[in-house]
Amino acid sequence: MASIEAGLYNLGRLDQLARQDTAVHRLDPRAKVVTTFVYLVCVVSFGKYDVLALLPFVVFPVALAAEGNLPFGFLARRLLAVAPFAVLVGAFNPLLDREVVAQVGDLSISGGWVSYASIILRFLLTASAALVLVGTTGLNGVAMAIQRLGAPRVFATQLLFLYRYIFVLADEALRMWRARSLRSFGRRGLGLSVYGQILGHLLLRTYARAQRVYQAMTCRGFDGTVRVVGRLHLRAADVAFTLGWSAFFVLARLYDLPLLLGRLVTGWSS
Amino acid sequence: MSHHTISVRGLGFSYPDGTRALEDVSFEVGHGEAIAVVGANGAGKSTLLMHLNGLLSPSEGEVRIGGTPVTRSTLKDIRRTVGMVFQDPDDQLFMPSVFEDVAFGPMNLGLPADDVAARADEALRRVGAAHLKERPPYRLSGGEKRAAAIATVLAMEPNMLVMDEPSSGLDPQARRRLIELLASFEHTRIVATHDLDLAAALCERTIVMSAGRVTADGPTREVFSDDGLLAASGLERPLGMQACPVCGEG
Repeated sequence: MASIEAGLYNLGRLDQLARQDTAVHRLDPRAKVVTTFVYLVCVVSFGKYDVLALLPFVVFPVALAAEGNLPFGFLARRLLAVAPFAVLVGAFNPLLDREVVAQVGDLSISGGWVSYASIILRFLLTASAALVLVGTTGLNGVAMAIQRLGAPRVFATQLLFLYRYIFVLADEALRMWRARSLRSFGRRGLGLSVYGQILGHLLLRTYARAQRVYQAMTCRGFDGTVRVVGRLHLRAADVAFTLGWSAFFVLARLYDLPLLLGRLVTGWSS
Repeated sequence: MSHHTISVRGLGFSYPDGTRALEDVSFEVGHGEAIAVVGANGAGKSTLLMHLNGLLSPSEGEVRIGGTPVTRSTLKDIRRTVGMVFQDPDDQLFMPSVFEDVAFGPMNLGLPADDVAARADEALRRVGAAHLKERPPYRLSGGEKRAAAIATVLAMEPNMLVMDEPSSGLDPQARRRLIELLASFEHTRIVATHDLDLAAALCERTIVMSAGRVTADGPTREVFSDDGLLAASGLERPLGMQACPVCGEG
């Protein structure tokens, strides 16, 4: 089950990256969460055939990744890993929507291809923004931020625990998987029924562990609220970061910046 | 709760599925005593420990901590008094970083932030884990996890420590350091363990359990010299009390 191992490794890597100390990492998690949210809303709200107008939005993840010292190669590989999803979602657009919307020389471009490009671009933008957010804030920071921003406490707590125990759970699954493959001698074991057994076992083990964790929590005075050490301070830089980027996103959403720029340049030169 | 004593009288317990786990268990633990609870797998050691801070409620009999009976209404104080170190540190370290984990208990006690930080730092220093503060628990070694788990309990400043298999899964040096650490505590201590050498090194008194009953309760040296009793309870003399098979000296 190499994919579990690889997944764990990547998660761990993202976690390490989130532990760096750069200007972006030092920003309040809430500032980054809110800014990313505005970003996502703006990107997603574009029309079906918008491609060029989306280009200014490339700046945000690229700038943050550079400033936050996230290796582009690592981000690109993570994006590629989830890309098949977006590639498939729009795959039929070029076939279904054949109306020609643009003519470049002899090549006529149909609406389907334009909307397909728009989908892929939007996927790249939103997924990279989310990756950059986690890579500069850490999942725990994100959980803390959404809780402070008023998300239901249960939700944030779930996220914290999910992240804490996914390593333990995956480790357990991996061990069971190895035990199975050691005794199946290159064959497929006993097929699907064994998977069912393994999953069932995993569920029971998880259940028992959840009970022990809960006991450990009640032993230390847990009363339903996970109190996190308060270390969030909203500074002027955080506010400036959020307002500055958000203003840029809204501007780029309302006005087609590449078009304006083009007009400015051509109008000026003629 | 001025006296750090434990009194268990006529304790019996059945699990909901009917499994009888404890049968008429009685003993007293004095202030500052260190006691080992030993016995084969399934003898009822963990079940007994879980009664000492109210994780389980007795089917019969009662448990008193410092004179206060363990009941629903006294649970909060009892759990503050009796710190419990679990067998698997992964169950006990559930927060994103070691520091937050150690601070979890004091935060729940409602202490001011500065006190919480001071307590957490002191607890981590005490177990020699101050440098692990910012690390996530899943990136620690077994020995480091154990130390952090003990710190989470110390930060509550309990009067008594209850430990389930503290030396399981540790390498020899980590185990040695653990024994030194536990020996340096002045709390009333109850340690359930299969590690009889650890029991011999730490505890003056040993309680032997077999099939849910107390089969012996006395000075550790005497208990571990009684080969008949040990065999009947699924145990063996600790290595430290056996004749050495290589050099032939006892």
